[in-house]
Amino acid sequence: MTETTANGQPYLRIEGLWKAFGDFLALKDISLDIHDGEFVCFLGPSGCGKTTLLRAIAGLDLQTKGQVTQAKKDISDLPPSARDFGIVFQSYALFPNLTIKKNIAFGLENTGRSKPEVEARVTELLDLVGLPDQGAKYPAQLSGGQQQRIALARAIATNPGLLLLDEPLSALDAKVRVHLRHEIKELQRKLGVTTVMVTHDQEEALSMADRIVVMNHGVIEQVGSPTDVYREPATLFVADFIGEMNQIPATAGASGRVTVGTSEMICKPHDFGNNAPVIAAIRPEDVIPHGDGARSPGGEDVIATPENAFEVTVDEMEFLGSFWRCRLASERFGEEELIADFSINAVRRLELATNKTMIIELPEDRLMVFAPEDAR
Amino acid sequence: MTDATALPDGPVIKGRLSRDDVIMRLGMVVIAIYLVATMVLPLWAMLSKSFSTFKFDLSGYEIQVSDEAGSFEGTILTPAELNAELGVLELGDLDAGSDSRMGLTQFFPDFSFRSPVMYRVRNTTDAGRFLVGSELKTGTEWIELDSNTFRRVQMRPVKSTGLGNFVSYFSTPALFNSIKNSLMIAVISTVITVTLAFWFAYALNRSCMRFKGAFRLVAMAPILVPSLLPGIALVYLFGNQGMIKELLFGASIYGPIGIVIGSVFFTFPHAFIIISTALAISDARLYEAAVSLRSTPWRTFWTVTIPGARYGLISAAFVVFNLVITDFGLPKVIGGQFNVLAVDIYKQVIGQQNFEMGAVVSVVLVVPAILAFAIDRLVQSKQVALLSARSVPYQPTTNRKADNIFLGYCVLVAVFIVGMLAVCQFAALIKFWPYDLSFSLKNYEFDRMDGGGWGSYFNSIKLALLTAVIGTCVIFFGAYLVEKSNGFKTGRAIFQMFAMLPMAIPGMVLGLAYIFFFNNPANPLNFIYGTMAILVICTVTHFYTVSHLTAVTALKQMDREFESVSASLKQPTMKLFSRVTVPVCMPAILDISIYLFVNAMTTVSAVVFLYSPKTTLASIAVLNMDDAGDIAPAAAMGMMIFYTNAAARIIHLILSKGVLTRTQAWRTR
Amino acid sequence: MKLTKTWAAPLFASVLAATAAQAETELTVYTAIEAEDLARYAETFNAHHPDIKVNWVRDSTGVVTAKLLAERDNPQADVVWGLAATSLLLLKSEGMLEPYAPAGVEMLDPKFVDAGDTPTWVGMDAWVASVCYNTIEAEKAGLTPPTSWKDLTNEMYKGHVIMPNPNSSGTGFLDVSSWLQMFGEEGGWEYMDALHENIARYTHSGSKPCKLAAAGEIPIGVSFAFRGAKSKADGAPLEIIVPSEGVGWDMEATAIVAGTDDLEAAQKLVDFTVTKEAMEMYNSGYAVVAMPGVAKPVKFFPEGLLDAMIANDFEFAANNRASILEEWQKRYDGKSEPKG
Repeated sequence: MTETTANGQPYLRIEGLWKAFGDFLALKDISLDIHDGEFVCFLGPSGCGKTTLLRAIAGLDLQTKGQVTQAKKDISDLPPSARDFGIVFQSYALFPNLTIKKNIAFGLENTGRSKPEVEARVTELLDLVGLPDQGAKYPAQLSGGQQQRIALARAIATNPGLLLLDEPLSALDAKVRVHLRHEIKELQRKLGVTTVMVTHDQEEALSMADRIVVMNHGVIEQVGSPTDVYREPATLFVADFIGEMNQIPATAGASGRVTVGTSEMICKPHDFGNNAPVIAAIRPEDVIPHGDGARSPGGEDVIATPENAFEVTVDEMEFLGSFWRCRLASERFGEEELIADFSINAVRRLELATNKTMIIELPEDRLMVFAPEDAR
Repeated sequence: MTDATALPDGPVIKGRLSRDDVIMRLGMVVIAIYLVATMVLPLWAMLSKSFSTFKFDLSGYEIQVSDEAGSFEGTILTPAELNAELGVLELGDLDAGSDSRMGLTQFFPDFSFRSPVMYRVRNTTDAGRFLVGSELKTGTEWIELDSNTFRRVQMRPVKSTGLGNFVSYFSTPALFNSIKNSLMIAVISTVITVTLAFWFAYALNRSCMRFKGAFRLVAMAPILVPSLLPGIALVYLFGNQGMIKELLFGASIYGPIGIVIGSVFFTFPHAFIIISTALAISDARLYEAAVSLRSTPWRTFWTVTIPGARYGLISAAFVVFNLVITDFGLPKVIGGQFNVLAVDIYKQVIGQQNFEMGAVVSVVLVVPAILAFAIDRLVQSKQVALLSARSVPYQPTTNRKADNIFLGYCVLVAVFIVGMLAVCQFAALIKFWPYDLSFSLKNYEFDRMDGGGWGSYFNSIKLALLTAVIGTCVIFFGAYLVEKSNGFKTGRAIFQMFAMLPMAIPGMVLGLAYIFFFNNPANPLNFIYGTMAILVICTVTHFYTVSHLTAVTALKQMDREFESVSASLKQPTMKLFSRVTVPVCMPAILDISIYLFVNAMTTVSAVVFLYSPKTTLASIAVLNMDDAGDIAPAAAMGMMIFYTNAAARIIHLILSKGVLTRTQAWRTR
Repeated sequence: MKLTKTWAAPLFASVLAATAAQAETELTVYTAIEAEDLARYAETFNAHHPDIKVNWVRDSTGVVTAKLLAERDNPQADVVWGLAATSLLLLKSEGMLEPYAPAGVEMLDPKFVDAGDTPTWVGMDAWVASVCYNTIEAEKAGLTPPTSWKDLTNEMYKGHVIMPNPNSSGTGFLDVSSWLQMFGEEGGWEYMDALHENIARYTHSGSKPCKLAAAGEIPIGVSFAFRGAKSKADGAPLEIIVPSEGVGWDMEATAIVAGTDDLEAAQKLVDFTVTKEAMEMYNSGYAVVAMPGVAKPVKFFPEGLLDAMIANDFEFAANNRASILEEWQKRYDGKSEPKG
């Protein structure tokens, strides 16, 4: 888990971190390295401990046990004011009675900067966040998105080594959110500031982060790049939490083999023993449709792994704009239905409709096997 | 990935404190110490006083008796031995008050003051005391007396500890009857006030009648006067020379009737505010549902209106109950021979110098007060839950007939309130009621009366200003510390408890506790006794809770993360406090100061034990002038308090508006 | 530090100079004298001693006594000027008074001086019980004027009499103690039992019953002669009645509180209180003063009052005060208001 970047030393190192609230353990033995200039997202459902971890890094709620090192300095027991970070909260926490300019200048005062210097820096920051004309207004006079940018400007005003974002976008409506995602990412890249963002929104994490830390019940489930965690989820929880995933109770065979319903299929290698109860999983978009016209004209419809191909009946079809979501029933699965996303082209060419039968294939390199959740 | 489920052993991380943390904790400790010194310790002193008793110690004296020729043969007798022999006194007869005395001759059945027999008396210990006539004798020297003088020897009791005071309290009907009286008065006043205030609030919230603003203003007027003032008005209205005494059909206003009418007057605004708030938040959707279900208005009233306002009603009831049962001024003025607990404390302490019994009555009075307070807190916490529901405000619709009935009712209540005040003002300007009805300003020559004259009035203003300024600073800062500091959970919980306590402590009790605590020469804080400082401290403490709650409510509405942001920007918390917290909370801060000002002007109960010749107060002057029979000047001074408070309110309004436009510009989009 | 000294020194000096120029001493004087007389007394005293400022603490007799007793370990008063002798005896028995024989004490009637070797208190004037009777209200109620204490127990007066509560009022206590002395212990309580039936209520202060009678709140107020005369002078339709059995009285007296910060000034004040000029000052309200031959008749004062004064046993009053008050409270306090 401890990768190193070019300069060899992680910027922020978390080792053996625990946090207890009475008997409840909110963080259990968390260790994590974050590198200089990296954008890391803590992703997980509410109550998973991601905000607790962020607040421990900031020193706002001290961990019960464990060490936090920032820029080679042990900061484990320092109060927030002795640490080096800027923070943006979900509520923005802008001072309502101060103008935008004064809000941004708040942290610049008493730092040895002269008044004109402060003034210049504030103007620079307003430009940076794209709100050069709003300085004289009060926070309540700005829109939510604008307020968020001001909060960001205030947090980076003093050039902190670490930028912490606590669900910064969740109070905004969907359109603004998507727009701001890019802006924040852009700004972070420009400034090169190491950034940790807490979010429960997987799309946000996938689109913004260099690395995602997926958390659940106070432990880290997986750390990896967005494609890693999406393509190669380490656990069923990660597989389920990020994106869509079909989950079918099955029985493990030898490595690379799994029995679903009545037939054995070929899957990704695994080390479950024979006959171990497992969950076979595949993402809806990975299901391959077969049949006349399944490939573009001239293409050949080849079944790569016959063991993994079988006949299904289309039970239900739902049009979701860029693709069709189909519920497929099969004798093999009994009551369970398989969800598959087919492109609009494929549906047209195969002339799919409810109650039609078709052949599908579950590609062996996309068919994964996990331990059932409750077995953990 | 370790799948650990238990904390490893080893030390827990203890955060280093930032300078701000240290400052905040120090501040909290300072204010907590303040609350301990100004409330907890005095109350403790009072409690221990209630267990401090006096007893005659019969073995504390020795007596020799001579023969007829006057020569002593040396036998030493003690009253204890003599009593064991003669059985003159039983054990209970030895219980005493601080001021009791007991003769010695009763132990000598054949005593005659004409006899030539001589006596020698002495204390057995240095602590012993006895009197010869009025001469105090201490020490263990023998004192020789002839028979005629021996007759004048009186033993003095010594201090001891026990439940004796409580036993004697509950065996004196004159005293414990007051419990029944107090409860009765409080319950009756509560029922009447809450009923009247409910319909008044109902009319203002649920009808379309006119002059709502004026009625609201009138309803609040009684808050601006001391609770004694309605008593004085009642004397002029229903006393033996009263203007409309016929309305009582021969019953006397001096007693429960007077107390109840006066209590309704001075508790009305308190009940009105609470019930009005409760009615204002009721949900219009429920009424729409009722209409669509074709419920009759009567049924709607009982199934929607009353349940919706029930927490307000209960809360109002307990607040009124508490105000009435702890009030001292009104029963003092109009109560006649009808004894209530609060007046008993005054009578025991001021009239009879019986501080121990005063402490006992205080303990008795605290019990219902704390109970009422506790229930009120419980109910209020539920009310909050109700408030947070997403509701639509109710919009009344015009109903001419009902509106007119409500208008008529409100006019009656307003006439009652305004009438009481007008009567006082009228009486103050009359030369000599009822024999000389010409107008004169004679009653404003306060310097010729008891109570400290015009000086008292200016003292009161000084007290009110000091209380408002100092109290607001201490209370708001204390609330900030407790609300916004990190960690230190136990400390904050204890602080919170201290801050809630004053509301449950009746003013009389607090004042008496202050005597016990601060008038003790061994107390290093003794020097503030008899100064303006002790009045300010006492008043701030007395009215701490409501102000604290106002401050906490305002602070809770501030974003919780301001402190975090400020710390991350490496700015001192005090900068945040002065630049952001104080300006944003300015409306609440102004509310606290006017609350403290008005109450400092009108309070009687706590300060009545604490004022000194240099710090006489207007409200106390009202009491003292009434006591001396100068009722018209008392009314005049009471109205001065009213006008001052009204002026303060107006200034507060103007100030708030000015401050609001300056500091709250951000509120307007 | 240096800076502080440089400005503090002249400031301190000027403060000293200011106090020296005025040379003012302040005395805290506890008193139960009628409020309207306070200024006059202080002015007369200051004519002789402009350097001593009198800070009055005025309250009813019971309250002042209570205050003094409460402060017994930490006295706030320097001098008591104008408090009932009964109360001063009580203070003396607590060892709270500083014995002092003021210059000219030998000019006073010995009855008016404490009996110790060095007196602890000296009397000023006598203050005598009387009944204030509002003629207008009495006529309205169809009453005839009472002539004796016993008359007041007549059923006719039911609900028409107010008297002070002896627990808080010196006047009330001297009434009670005089009845116990005149009628005997048993007879006294019997009398009060009967009187209680007619009492409308008991007031906190001794002057209030007369003021209430003057204002017509009640036809009959048991109070003291001085107050009655004052109200009559103010134009109240009052008659001041001296009950035929005799009337209780008490002295107003002066004493120095032991442990005063300024004994010298206190002694100057007490010296003044026994001068002829002071006696004349008291005489404007009180018909009997401590110095024989000074008193002139007081306007509106009832005739025959001096002869009616009983031989008061102050020691009896002081030493039995606690038990009398306890008994009184048991019998009459806290009963619901008599119906009338």
